Amino acid sequence: MLDIKNLYKAFDGKEVLHDINAVFEPGKVNMIIGQSGSGKTVLLKCIVGLHFPDKGEVLYDNRNFMKMNKKEVKMLRREQGMLFQGSALFDSMTVLENVMFPLNMFSTDKPKKRMERAMFCLERVNLKGAEDKYPSEVSGGMQKRVAIARAIALNPKYLFCDEPNSGLDPKTSLVIDALVQDITREYNMTTVVNTHDMNSVMGIGDHIVFINQGIKEWEGSKEGIFTSVNKNLNDFVFASDLFKEVKNTHLNNLEG
Amino acid sequence: MNSLYHLGEYILLMKKVFSIPERWNIFFKQVIDEINKLVINSIWIVVIISLFIGAVISMQVTLNIVSPLLPKYAVGFTTRETLLLEFSSSIMCLILAGKVGSNIASEIGSMRVTEQIDALDIIGVNSASYLILPKITSLVLFIPVLVSFSMIAGLIGGYLLASFSDMLSLSTYIYGIQYDFKIGYIWYSMKKSLVFAFIITSVSSYYGYSVKGGALDVGKASTNSVVMSSILILLADVVLTQLMLN
Ligand SMILES: Nc1ncnc2c1ncn2[C@@H]1O[C@H](COP(=O)(O)OP(=O)(O)OP(=O)(O)O)[C@@H](O)[C@H]1O
Ligand SMILES: [Mg+2]
Repeated sequence: MLDIKNLYKAFDGKEVLHDINAVFEPGKVNMIIGQSGSGKTVLLKCIVGLHFPDKGEVLYDNRNFMKMNKKEVKMLRREQGMLFQGSALFDSMTVLENVMFPLNMFSTDKPKKRMERAMFCLERVNLKGAEDKYPSEVSGGMQKRVAIARAIALNPKYLFCDEPNSGLDPKTSLVIDALVQDITREYNMTTVVNTHDMNSVMGIGDHIVFINQGIKEWEGSKEGIFTSVNKNLNDFVFASDLFKEVKNTHLNNLEG
Repeated sequence: MNSLYHLGEYILLMKKVFSIPERWNIFFKQVIDEINKLVINSIWIVVIISLFIGAVISMQVTLNIVSPLLPKYAVGFTTRETLLLEFSSSIMCLILAGKVGSNIASEIGSMRVTEQIDALDIIGVNSASYLILPKITSLVLFIPVLVSFSMIAGLIGGYLLASFSDMLSLSTYIYGIQYDFKIGYIWYSMKKSLVFAFIITSVSSYYGYSVKGGALDVGKASTNSVVMSSILILLADVVLTQLMLN
């Protein structure tokens, strides 16, 4: 379980996150939604420790990240997996080498075991056969899947995804969404996903946190979104005509 | 103020860089890769430039400096002293700062802007040490090889000029390059080059590692790294010459 308490972050005096509180539970796909520039990436990076918050606490199962020493941070790193907005695959390594990398660095298994694990992860994301290709030789959707395989190679307890669907077509997005949801349930991971893709929120979101200009304005379930009276949330979610219609149908069904 | 900030950040980065590698076998593999990229791939440019400079120095000395008051062998002697004392270490490293430095800064810089360095950190790797230490190690260890190549190629350049033109005779050139030979000058050059190699790799790694923004900033970092390492090499040259030859 992840517990975020009173988190503040500013860059050069400009406040980006203001008093963020949230609890993310294991086995659930937790989503952070909000407009571009609202602070989602900064929040995620504060949680994983790539940015240092100005104030506040991040608790990983009651272990305070801000108070950890170097060694404890290093131990925690093995429990974290992260999928970056641009995949962030190592472009000097093949697909297989990318997935092998965390194992080669930290696993105490024999090379054969490590290879088996890497192949298992690649199979898990349906990428058997692409082992020897370089990241530049595979499509964006495949890169995302390689990144997922690399992120889960060491069996993390916490999985973080920064806009896993950005730049993907709707069908491929569904594949990635399903994958994120499946592995979250399978391994009882605490998963946090940043997104502004409402399809994925409606598809796999279990717990949703809405951020607007660095402030948490709303949180709840996806059903709750339809009945929420928060104006900013409504403006954000129901910006498109399609979703306005979905909302009306949904509310009619509730009444009927 | 700004340069003090950079100096502080540079020192902090170096503190991160000099830590024990996570896995020695991976580290050695990286060092071999870097030797290939930074050293082997630089040999041709070092040899070509040194050949020409050796020939040109001999030519200049023959045409402009030789007078009835100076012995004929002064040509070979001057060529050798110039190569051994300054060219093959300092000027060669300035050239390498352009070639190797920009390569390092853009490689690490593009890893920074595509979040590959963040990915290393999240995996739990000390990204600074993982990326930078193999580069520093390989160039510092093998710069003497490049310096030797440069010295030899430079002397051969003069030799070729003497053989294929009638500007100077081969035998006086050969006498000149042996005249009053001090082996200590070679060691002096080698020692200087170790410092220069450290400057090139660490400074350009610093510029690459601290890139913020996008592709444009990677280009800027690459340029800045060449400018800064060149300036530092020249400064170090003045200081080291004072310390070692005085
Ligand atoms: N390293 C940084 N230095 C200064 N300002 C930053 C930095 N990173 C982010 N910001 C600022 O913080 C704000 C939030 O950015 P962030 O990247 O978190 O947005 P986001 O919600 O992830 O947007 P998107 O959906 O486009 O990815 C922006 O105004 C941005 O300019
Ligand atoms: Mg973002």
